[in-house]
Amino acid sequence: MKAMSAKEVTKKVIHNEELFILDVRNETDFNDWKIEGKKFDYLNVPYFDLLDGVEPILDKIPADKELLVVCAKEGSSVMVAEMLEEAGRDASYLKGGMKSWSEHLEPVKVGDLKNGGEMYQFVRIGKGCLSYMVISNGEAAIVDATRMTDVFTDFAAEKNAEIKHVFDTHLHADHISGGRKIAEKTGASYWLPPKDAEEVTFEYSRLEDGNEVMIGSTKISIQAVYSPGHTIGSTSFVVDDQYLLSGDILFIDSIGRPDLAGKAGDWAGDLRETLYKRYKDLSGELVVLPAHFMIIEELNEDGSVSEKLGTLFAENHGLNIEDEGEFRKLVSENLPPQPNAYQEIRETNMGKISPDEEKQREMEIGPNRCAVR
Amino acid sequence: MNAAKVLDAKGLACPMPIVKTKKAIGEIESGQVLEVHTTDKGAVKDLAAWTESTGHELLKHEDDNGVLKFWIKKG
Repeated sequence: MKAMSAKEVTKKVIHNEELFILDVRNETDFNDWKIEGKKFDYLNVPYFDLLDGVEPILDKIPADKELLVVCAKEGSSVMVAEMLEEAGRDASYLKGGMKSWSEHLEPVKVGDLKNGGEMYQFVRIGKGCLSYMVISNGEAAIVDATRMTDVFTDFAAEKNAEIKHVFDTHLHADHISGGRKIAEKTGASYWLPPKDAEEVTFEYSRLEDGNEVMIGSTKISIQAVYSPGHTIGSTSFVVDDQYLLSGDILFIDSIGRPDLAGKAGDWAGDLRETLYKRYKDLSGELVVLPAHFMIIEELNEDGSVSEKLGTLFAENHGLNIEDEGEFRKLVSENLPPQPNAYQEIRETNMGKISPDEEKQREMEIGPNRCAVR
Repeated sequence: MNAAKVLDAKGLACPMPIVKTKKAIGEIESGQVLEVHTTDKGAVKDLAAWTESTGHELLKHEDDNGVLKFWIKKG
């Protein structure tokens, strides 16, 4: 019996490899959130239905496919994988379970910057969160960092870059930001849009429309573009005149939902204004780098998530709704369920509550659910 | 609530709370109640789903300062 790490599973997702997943969590949790891969097949049988043996399900598990047993934290998948091995099957279990799947970050290089420097995307494959690191001449800026802060600080150290600026495009409701922690650890400035930060309990730098921040001596500029809609303060960034970091406003195959701070009706108009006017005025050649992906089809061949703004104006349904009433209806009615513990997550990101790490993990379980399609 | 048996599964991680619950319920009579104590938060959904799939009845559960307590009537 082997342990398979979240990183190894991520490689299989990116390379479109086959895998048969026996998920032994209860049906509710499985239906809510699972490991997604284009060529993955699934069988969901809760571990507690297998305590008397795995014989009843053996004929449902193909012998010619690699087999991975998955559970919430690892324990049950080890037990079931052992039983499968005893029954003569090769089986691996997911090391750390869905907990580690939720936390794994895969750094992918998106491209080079004009005057030297690089843009990296950190793909949180299990939850669909995307963070960014801009590196130029020994300096780094991070956008929408997740709470696994070591991944970012270690990566910057490996690249011999000093983290100077940390930004959040908005106050997140689906995951706990690592921005403040990284800033505290490194002495970097932590930037937040003030309209989203009215209730925060800590000091921050005010991120406002037109702000320009330089990274490295080659002066890679990060321009803030006020783009309300998902939250009232939502801000996008244009980096190096090449990339549009769109936060939770525009995704590859969907658009942001305006209701997670409780104001769907009010913000639907802002969202439309941002998408149909402010973004429309930007160059179609900008490469959009969103803060999330929702479905595995949004991943490019190298595992990154990006597309030209012009292409999105042609292909993203959310950018092509002519009738304002219909648009309003799409973004304020029949919305998907809210992310798990979204109110507590917002309060954590405001510094109002400080749950321990175990609690933070639990709050973040599940998909991000920040989009409407 | 009168429990015929109390199972202390505190500090045990999944799957042990359910493995032990299954064993303990085998040791009581149909209609009797088993009281289970655990600290594994995953047990809330799992015990509910397990009792349903095995024909037992989850009478109630409560959180007593971080100790999750369940009362299961054997089917």
